[in-house]
Amino acid sequence: MPESAVAATDIPALREALREGILSEVEFRGENTLNLSLEALPKALEFCKHKLGYELLLDISSLDHFGDDPRFEMVYELASLDDTRHLRLKAKVSEDESVPTATHLWKAADWHEREVWDMMGIPFSGHPNLKRILMWEGYPFFPLRKDFPLAGRPTDMPDVAFTGVAPLEGGPFVTAPGAETVAKREPRARHQE
Amino acid sequence: METLETISTHAAYDSKIEGNIIFTRVDAAINWMRKNSLWPMPMGLACCAIELMATASSRFDISRFGMEVMRFSPRQSDVMIVAGTVTYKMALAVKRVWDQMPEPKWCIAMGACASSGGMYRSYAVLQGIDKLIPVDVYISGCPPRPEALIEGLMKLQEKIDAEHSTEDQKRTFFEENA
Repeated sequence: MPESAVAATDIPALREALREGILSEVEFRGENTLNLSLEALPKALEFCKHKLGYELLLDISSLDHFGDDPRFEMVYELASLDDTRHLRLKAKVSEDESVPTATHLWKAADWHEREVWDMMGIPFSGHPNLKRILMWEGYPFFPLRKDFPLAGRPTDMPDVAFTGVAPLEGGPFVTAPGAETVAKREPRARHQE
Repeated sequence: METLETISTHAAYDSKIEGNIIFTRVDAAINWMRKNSLWPMPMGLACCAIELMATASSRFDISRFGMEVMRFSPRQSDVMIVAGTVTYKMALAVKRVWDQMPEPKWCIAMGACASSGGMYRSYAVLQGIDKLIPVDVYISGCPPRPEALIEGLMKLQEKIDAEHSTEDQKRTFFEENA
């Protein structure tokens, strides 16, 4: 893919189709990102697939902006099959909202959305099989949320699975990539807030 | 007429059977048989399993120690090699396979993850397989080299060689029937 943002040629069409559904546009190092309202998201995804030819859903991920409102953010990575155009769509989701599924557009969305549900606890409306994909059914937490401790929480489901709390011994141990010396860059125990 | 003593002395030097009889203890014989044909149950869960496979392959060749018969049925195995990260989701399955193995059985925790959770201090990973099943030998490394696994298996052989299974059975029998 050339360095120039080929996907930028699609932005005017999206702008016309979605109008005020687009909250902001970002272009960074040849990558195009559109921040959308949650209401505009299903229409945007459908428009991208059927009108603009983004046949491939590369990834669905989510962010937890703990402390902000809306708290969560969905991220969709789209691409055309010839790999010339990449487009990123984002939409913020508050805790009591659910996200319209994209499974009717891309089959690939099925497992990605299940993973988002499993790890972050964002529900999807219209999903054909919304159950946990990594943790077991009945596990009570959403581990990738910011308010979930790295060490985990104890649970027990007899004959299914159990979890314990991992000893962190002063950790979590994290690196400081920007620090001046190697000694300061190495993983050290930093206090959790 | 020969006395009992002369018969036994005579038998030991009988030229027809000389060299075909070994005097030993039952325990030593059993231990010798057990330790030289350990059939591993490969519980390969992560990258350690690749080193386990390398150990079994031609370059390192654990058939030199009689351990090449990897059995994917726990009912035919003697030693479970837990090679890799044991997640909580997998933990009870590992325990179940262990429970299906017939006695006598041994367990090797191969690598940092199986021994202590390794670098995975997290919600998803069991912090050492010894929280669920008894471990005989721990092997350090991330992952351990095949040489390290072979040394672990040889340590296990030493351990088996020092067991007193029949003596213990005999002692328990007399204690229970005293």
